[in-house]
Amino acid sequence: MMDKPHRLWVIVLSFVVAFTLTAMPLPAWALAWRPAWIAMVLVYWCLALPERVGVLSGWGIGLVLDVLHGSILGQHAFGLAFVAYVALQYHQRARVYPLLQQAVFVGSITLAYLLMMLWIYNLLGSVRYGLSYLFGALTTAVLWPWVYVILRDIRRRARVA
Amino acid sequence: MPWQAPTGLIGEHAIKPLFINTPSITARFVTCAILSFLLISIDHANDHLAAVRSALSVVVYPVQVLVNAPVEAAANVADSMKSRRALLEENAQLRERNLLLSTRSQRYMALERENERLRELLDSSVVFDQQVIVADVLAIETTPAARQIVIDKGSNQGVFLGQPLLDAAGVVGQVSAVGPFSSTGLLVTDPRHALPVLINRNGLRAIAVGGDQSNQLSLSFVSTNADVKPGDLVVTSGLGRRFPAGYPVGRVTEVSLVPGDPFATVIVEPSAQVGHTREVLLVGPRPPQLDDERVSSLDP
Repeated sequence: MMDKPHRLWVIVLSFVVAFTLTAMPLPAWALAWRPAWIAMVLVYWCLALPERVGVLSGWGIGLVLDVLHGSILGQHAFGLAFVAYVALQYHQRARVYPLLQQAVFVGSITLAYLLMMLWIYNLLGSVRYGLSYLFGALTTAVLWPWVYVILRDIRRRARVA
Repeated sequence: MPWQAPTGLIGEHAIKPLFINTPSITARFVTCAILSFLLISIDHANDHLAAVRSALSVVVYPVQVLVNAPVEAAANVADSMKSRRALLEENAQLRERNLLLSTRSQRYMALERENERLRELLDSSVVFDQQVIVADVLAIETTPAARQIVIDKGSNQGVFLGQPLLDAAGVVGQVSAVGPFSSTGLLVTDPRHALPVLINRNGLRAIAVGGDQSNQLSLSFVSTNADVKPGDLVVTSGLGRRFPAGYPVGRVTEVSLVPGDPFATVIVEPSAQVGHTREVLLVGPRPPQLDDERVSSLDP
């Protein structure tokens, strides 16, 4: 049970679910409020298993996200590498935060991440996004406690280490 | 290591390295950031990364299929729940329509032959028959507000970069990225998309560019005294070498002159159901006569 690639599929599966939620069609009014699912899952694994999921994983996942979004290659890769970096830097502190404080922490990382994505979009793309693009950070913070508890239970049940 | 991690996160296992190597994380992040910006600048400048995108799209494809599955299931259920009467009615309607279209296509065939003959006399050849692939649009959200669609056909089915996308009523867009199993299409209404067109009534050439509004195009570089009226049909001119000539793009809905502006503002409403079609036609391959010297001399 302590073999090295240990229950990697649980981690991969959680990201597949996050990708699915990201690609799910939503009604137009809800689009801006779509939480940054992938960033959330990434932060969770960075906090829980910092020696396994980190900046490089974040970067690779971001590259895949770029392909899904059809955005410029490297944009979300940079963003998620940043998210993983911040999460790793603070992981010891963030782990012991109460859930509410954690939510604020994750919300702020997501806000910074979305802000960077917004800059890159508006700098290089021709579609202009408004500040409504950042609403996702709020829903991310609100949903964080649930995501955290669900992923923690899954991790314990599946004994992912 | 004096600090004991709460069991909630570290879990049931033995002691783990508590301090993961911080400088190496920073180094990794800096490397990733540099790599990202390298990728961004390469991808922004040209399409050398099309192969990377295509390879990664294989990873994304299962997710796309997964997301599309409930939508498709719902459509299937709706189909199987249809009453017999509704089906019969629809069948009758389709039969009628089919009859109408086949009569029209008979006439079209005769005209086509006549046109070919006349063109032969004029010594210019045009190929009319075009290979068509029908593709389903996957219900996938891409970047918010970007006008892109994902279709379920890729290079394995013969889709190529820049292939025109049409629906029954007109031009929808063109293929902007190709993977082995799926492709991404850029809609004509996207501000990044431009399309050489002409006004069907008088052959006036223009370029139709996507606008800020989600369902409209605008014609660039139409002089203020040009003969354009609301209601004019806009069709592809075939000059860009990507789109075959003569497919409807939309109708002019508004022509306005801004004092001081050398060009008129012409708004076109697309005739295709851009953005909410479930099926698209991929037309191609590129007609060979477009590789003619006369046409390639139009390219800068």
